Amino acid sequence: MSKQIEQLDRVVIRFAGDSGDGMQLTGDRFTQETATFGNDLSTLPNFPAEIRAPAGTLPGVSSFQLHFADHDIMTPGDAPDVLVAMNPAALKANLGDLPRGATVIVNTDEFTKRALAKVGFAADPLTDGTLDGFKVSAVPLTSMTVEALAGLDISKKDAERAKNMFALGLLSWMYNRPTEGTAAFLKSKFATKPNILAANLTAFQTGWNFGETTEDFAVSYEIKPARLPAGTYRNITGNLATAYGLIAGSRRSGLPLFLGSYPITPASDILHELSRHKEFGVRTFQAEDEIAGVGAALGAAFGGALGVTTTSGPGMVLKQETVGLAVMTELPLVIVDVQRAGPSTGMPTKTEQTDLLMALFGRNGESPLPVVAPASPADCFAVALEAVRIAVTYRTPVVMLSDGYLANGSEPWRLPEVSELPVIEPGFATAPNGPDGDFLPYLRDAETLARPWAVPGTAGLEHRIGGIEKHAETGDISYTPANHDLMVRTRQAKIDAVDVPDLEVDDPSGEAEVLVLGWGGTYGSITAAARRVRRTGRRVAQAHLRHLNPFPANLGEVLRAYDRVVVPEINLGQLALLLRGRFLVDVIGYNKVRGLPFKAEELAGALQEVIDRD
Amino acid sequence: MTEHTHDTGFAGLRLVPKSDTSYKMKDFKSDQEVRWCPGCGDYAILAAFQAFLPELGVPRENIVIVSGIGCSSRFPYYLSTYGVHSIHGRAPAIATGLATSRPDLSVWVITGDGDGLSIGGNHLIHALRRNVNVNVLLFNNRIYGLTKGQYSPTSEAGKITKSSPVGSLDHPFNPVSLALGAEATFVARSVDSDRRHLTSVLRAAAEHPGASFVEVYQNCPIFNDDAFEPLKDPAAKDTRLLRLEHGEPLRLGDGRGVVAGEYGGLEVVDVASVGEERLIRHDAHREDPGYAFALSRLDRPAFEHVPIGVFREVRRPTYDDLVNEQVADARAERGDGELSALLAGGDVWTVG
Repeated sequence: MSKQIEQLDRVVIRFAGDSGDGMQLTGDRFTQETATFGNDLSTLPNFPAEIRAPAGTLPGVSSFQLHFADHDIMTPGDAPDVLVAMNPAALKANLGDLPRGATVIVNTDEFTKRALAKVGFAADPLTDGTLDGFKVSAVPLTSMTVEALAGLDISKKDAERAKNMFALGLLSWMYNRPTEGTAAFLKSKFATKPNILAANLTAFQTGWNFGETTEDFAVSYEIKPARLPAGTYRNITGNLATAYGLIAGSRRSGLPLFLGSYPITPASDILHELSRHKEFGVRTFQAEDEIAGVGAALGAAFGGALGVTTTSGPGMVLKQETVGLAVMTELPLVIVDVQRAGPSTGMPTKTEQTDLLMALFGRNGESPLPVVAPASPADCFAVALEAVRIAVTYRTPVVMLSDGYLANGSEPWRLPEVSELPVIEPGFATAPNGPDGDFLPYLRDAETLARPWAVPGTAGLEHRIGGIEKHAETGDISYTPANHDLMVRTRQAKIDAVDVPDLEVDDPSGEAEVLVLGWGGTYGSITAAARRVRRTGRRVAQAHLRHLNPFPANLGEVLRAYDRVVVPEINLGQLALLLRGRFLVDVIGYNKVRGLPFKAEELAGALQEVIDRD
Repeated sequence: MTEHTHDTGFAGLRLVPKSDTSYKMKDFKSDQEVRWCPGCGDYAILAAFQAFLPELGVPRENIVIVSGIGCSSRFPYYLSTYGVHSIHGRAPAIATGLATSRPDLSVWVITGDGDGLSIGGNHLIHALRRNVNVNVLLFNNRIYGLTKGQYSPTSEAGKITKSSPVGSLDHPFNPVSLALGAEATFVARSVDSDRRHLTSVLRAAAEHPGASFVEVYQNCPIFNDDAFEPLKDPAAKDTRLLRLEHGEPLRLGDGRGVVAGEYGGLEVVDVASVGEERLIRHDAHREDPGYAFALSRLDRPAFEHVPIGVFREVRRPTYDDLVNEQVADARAERGDGELSALLAGGDVWTVG
């Protein structure tokens, strides 16, 4: 029986269920199928911090949103076209995000009186009119899965747990996804558990067959592959791309990578990933606390390693003292801060851009350091590599500000040619540099102002460094007023002179009067918003900062070239503060701190409002 | 960086190259003027340390001294080796990263009772339990010196200081007990004024592969003078100092000795009253730290009998060896990592 196939250019699907329902895995597999098929895509996982919040409750809902298309897209989508709701809580938590006309696939088995009451549904929303205006497919997912697995030697609980694969099979049929990857994935994941493997494969296949045969689903959809630039692609999350960028930095500098880290959401996956790649000479040290993580990384850097520490806001706070020591000792160090909602513990699994000012100014004294920020999940690779380049070249700690959205979100990544990645030259000191054949550990390179990096084991270059102010050349302790003034200014001058590419502005019309300027993980939303605005016939220029310190040399010029500058940030205006202070430009902030990325539509509305002002 | 390994005779320096130079004490003095207060115990420790370093037989450039903050932490400036004068309490963490990534170095952590037991207590116990190949020398003067005289985590309860005008309320740490509680593989104690004993303990610490913890009683003449006087008085010395020698009976100089007490503890008794054969023979190699812990409790109350020497010396794989072994194993199994293969791992697709 062949069914009708309808062509679409883009779809947004959200899988939602209990945090124990395997929604992240389901979403991830659907994403991989979609990536292999060749669509452009963008994902937004959204899950509670609790590992297993109480079943069936609103706080326990975990979801995974995927936007895929036959053209290049920038965001995970503002609103789902399709919601898969595994229980009443998932329906209730997500219904408000659905536009009228959206498709809702619900697992009717979970819509019991008790489950409905638990989330405050007085009546059954499947029958009381709540879902009028939506295309509802009521599917008894759990019982069909259990029935399909009746012949297998597994517990009822294990059979029920396979229902996410039934859902994945059904959606894979609906959107004509290739299934070989998921079959191979399951075979590898459950290699030692043949019964569970059989259950998952059978559930997956049964879900597919259900779509194919039942009359409930008359139509399936096709979204043609996107015409992306030629190359080899893979789907990648920000955290994975960060880990790879750090390994690439190690390889391209010839420095062994030493990661000192303490587990923290949402940064831990970088530690997990790096700990798997010891064949690259990567040493990972899970420290007793955040302070020891960065301390060990700095110790390794003193010994000539590429010292790296990874964390999120609450850990970044603790590391600042050691980062200050790295500023003072002028040793290379990369600090990856995967920002999350704060202050304090905040919302560990939700995203935010609120650590910019802490990265720049959160240490005692005049303590300048470079700050870089990736624009998208895949961009984390290039930015991590850039952080390594700056750290090693200028002998300085560098902060990379990723965020929770980039960390867990994913998109297709065109693989770079390894030979085209920058070569980073550590240039270890090997011989005395002083006039009398002595070694002056703070005698600087005239061009970069970097001091020599002399590692233990190098004869004749024995020296002592530390946190106390030091003489501008000998590095000996110095409390001389003029010397301190000189050193404070020199440390600042070194960072100010870090070579940073000019800011590029995208203005197709060439006549825009409004510039929208962003930084970090909001790139996708801002770009999508700018496109929407341009489709209305309005003009807007867009630029995005990857270097937050120092700023690109042409930034002031760019800012002054426009009548109005809008700066959207997921904070209360931290970049805006810097721009005003530095350039005396009265930028217009657009700020929301909801723990979520901007929606393109709301942002487009805000831009249009500024453009339409008299 | 030197890759070759050489046997220096010190097991703890197994991977450190041997020096071609035969050093003298003066080779380890830096050009910096030493700036401790006159009469400070740190001078004696520095001199003993500088005199001992040539014994290691390793190149000066392969020795690194890492310290935190405090009077003792000025140590690195006065040695002509590589050195890091870091931040308060963090030296064990910094040294862990250094030692783990550079097994060809002899790494020494210099800390004090405030630096190592208060602000840096956490790093200290974790470095010890991991058995990182570093030597930790904790100078215990039982006071905060650099901040001018507040009570420290080893100050006796009731101590009158600037910040405790009517007496400190804190129960003090016994550093040796603490290190043993963390299951440190090497734990010893010495005294600043006994150069010969101190040198023998430094030698044993360097010999030990893995983390060595050495508490050095150190006099602060300005803020806590004569804190260890009961042990230095020539008359009291023999009755109070219990010199630990592996394999030898635990005996004080005045006819008393140590026997097994109740509940796993130890007791000091007149040898004549119990008989020579009941004296415990010191065994530093016992796997269970319980005996060494019981030994460490003998100093109460107030220096009644104070064991000095090596409490515990057991072998356990060192953290840095294990880390580097995992790297070597991964390379033996999968070959040296290939970046392009890593990046292209997972599901890939090609766009024409």
